[in-house]
Amino acid sequence: MRRGWARTALAALAAVTALVGVSGCGTDGSPQTTASSAGVTGAVTVFAASSLTDSFTQIGKDFEVANPGTHVTFNFAGSSALAQQINQGAPADVFASASPATMKQVTDAGNGDGDSMTFVKNQLVIAVPKGNPDRVVGLADLAKPGVKVALCAEQVPCGAAAKKALDAAGVALTPVTLEQDVRAALSKVKLGEVDAALVYRSDARSAAADVEGVEFPESAQAINDYLVIVLKEAPNKAAAQAFVAYVLSQRGRSVLTQAGFQAP
Amino acid sequence: MSTHDRGSTRENDVLDVAQPAPVPPPRRWVGRRVPVALLIPAALGLAFLVLPMAGLLIRAPWSTLPQRLAAPGVLTALRLSLLTATVATIVCVVLGVPLAWVLARVDFPGRRVVRALVTVPLVLPPVVGGVALLLVFGRRGLVGRWLDETFGITLPFTTTGVVIAEAFVAMPFLVIAVEGALRGADERYEEAAATLGAGRWTTFRRVTLPLVAPGVAAGAVLCWARALGEFGATITFAGNFPGRTQTMPLAVYLALEKDLDSAIVLSLILLAVSVTILASLRDRWINTP
Repeated sequence: MRRGWARTALAALAAVTALVGVSGCGTDGSPQTTASSAGVTGAVTVFAASSLTDSFTQIGKDFEVANPGTHVTFNFAGSSALAQQINQGAPADVFASASPATMKQVTDAGNGDGDSMTFVKNQLVIAVPKGNPDRVVGLADLAKPGVKVALCAEQVPCGAAAKKALDAAGVALTPVTLEQDVRAALSKVKLGEVDAALVYRSDARSAAADVEGVEFPESAQAINDYLVIVLKEAPNKAAAQAFVAYVLSQRGRSVLTQAGFQAP
Repeated sequence: MSTHDRGSTRENDVLDVAQPAPVPPPRRWVGRRVPVALLIPAALGLAFLVLPMAGLLIRAPWSTLPQRLAAPGVLTALRLSLLTATVATIVCVVLGVPLAWVLARVDFPGRRVVRALVTVPLVLPPVVGGVALLLVFGRRGLVGRWLDETFGITLPFTTTGVVIAEAFVAMPFLVIAVEGALRGADERYEEAAATLGAGRWTTFRRVTLPLVAPGVAAGAVLCWARALGEFGATITFAGNFPGRTQTMPLAVYLALEKDLDSAIVLSLILLAVSVTILASLRDRWINTP
């Protein structure tokens, strides 16, 4: 029936208009919301380093519960890729990077609002298959013949940290592969393709079912700072500030330390 | 030309089938205007494909180009890319042409399923393809474990691994192109060869293959281009090590982590080399007017 169709179409149109209206209010940073974390609403888009995937997803859920009416969406990727995306104008509210160098790319381009803050630190461990079949106890064991090692490429934070730690230990080793990010290096251990990889403690803990993390003293020479910042072009600045405050709060920190990160 | 002319048993005549008509009729554009309904989407389509490349060209750091070209590792990665893509294409032709022939000419139960399976690498995200390859050819994989224990061969993190990853992702392009050419080819030539006493293998070699040669060439070109640009399966299965498994796309990706300009230069080198090679091949092998 023609009239029936018309009515359905009108109803759909009304629904769409209502939705657009609501999300519009949420994202354009409506004037009545202030910097205080009370009463923030709307969508918050967080660009975060891939090593934060598990803990930030949890923090996002907690934040939504603590602030009804907010909705947190994440874009997890390598910090450098995220920095590029932000500098090319990606619509993000918050950036959490796994290294000061990648944070600097964003602040140098003038895309940060205020100063970035260190919220956690992460340290390298040697990830080995469960049971540690090669009995790896330190970096020197990785240079033994027949031990296949995956490192991160030097261009990414975990690779730069690995280089520092190996230099500090005076160990020269030839890895079989230089992976593009820490999770890729970890998955090579999980799949049994390599005997060991240098990854962050938090990553090793996330794969505790298949992987053991062997601590080594030289990792103290290569501690990675994780920094967070509200972005200058943030579509929802009030909620962005509330989210950053939540990450820095006791509750946010406890989620992160449980995941293997260290308090700064 | 009619099939009657082809009745000759002379081999050259049969081979001639693959050649285009000797004198193409002159094209007359006068009075044959291109319809606007086709022209506008065609122009938009072209712009859509070409603009991103223009973006790279405009953004390229032309002043520092020579130093960046001479940077260590660039030529190594380029050489490795060209080598692995070429070997992968050869593998694809050797295995893919017979596969396409079976799909096009042999009627067997489950052919539609097999045809769909051939396209799996096309829909599979390449990184997943790389994981799948690890599960089969990796050190703990179904086949890889046996290779390792019996022959001491491990494929991941080797140049052979790069070829395997590229061939896996690129082969469907060749199979689909060749199968299409085979289905489009006139089967009467093959039947004529059979009535003249040629076996199926001779017919394939002497009649079918020359007949679909342009299709094979087009498929091989597609296959090579896809292999050259392969990233996800390669980095997952073969890893990334300069000189051994770091192809140009991997080098571009890692350069992007630090330095956008270097990444753009590397991309342009890869583009320039591949476009040059493809254009020269096209002129020589595929005589499209």
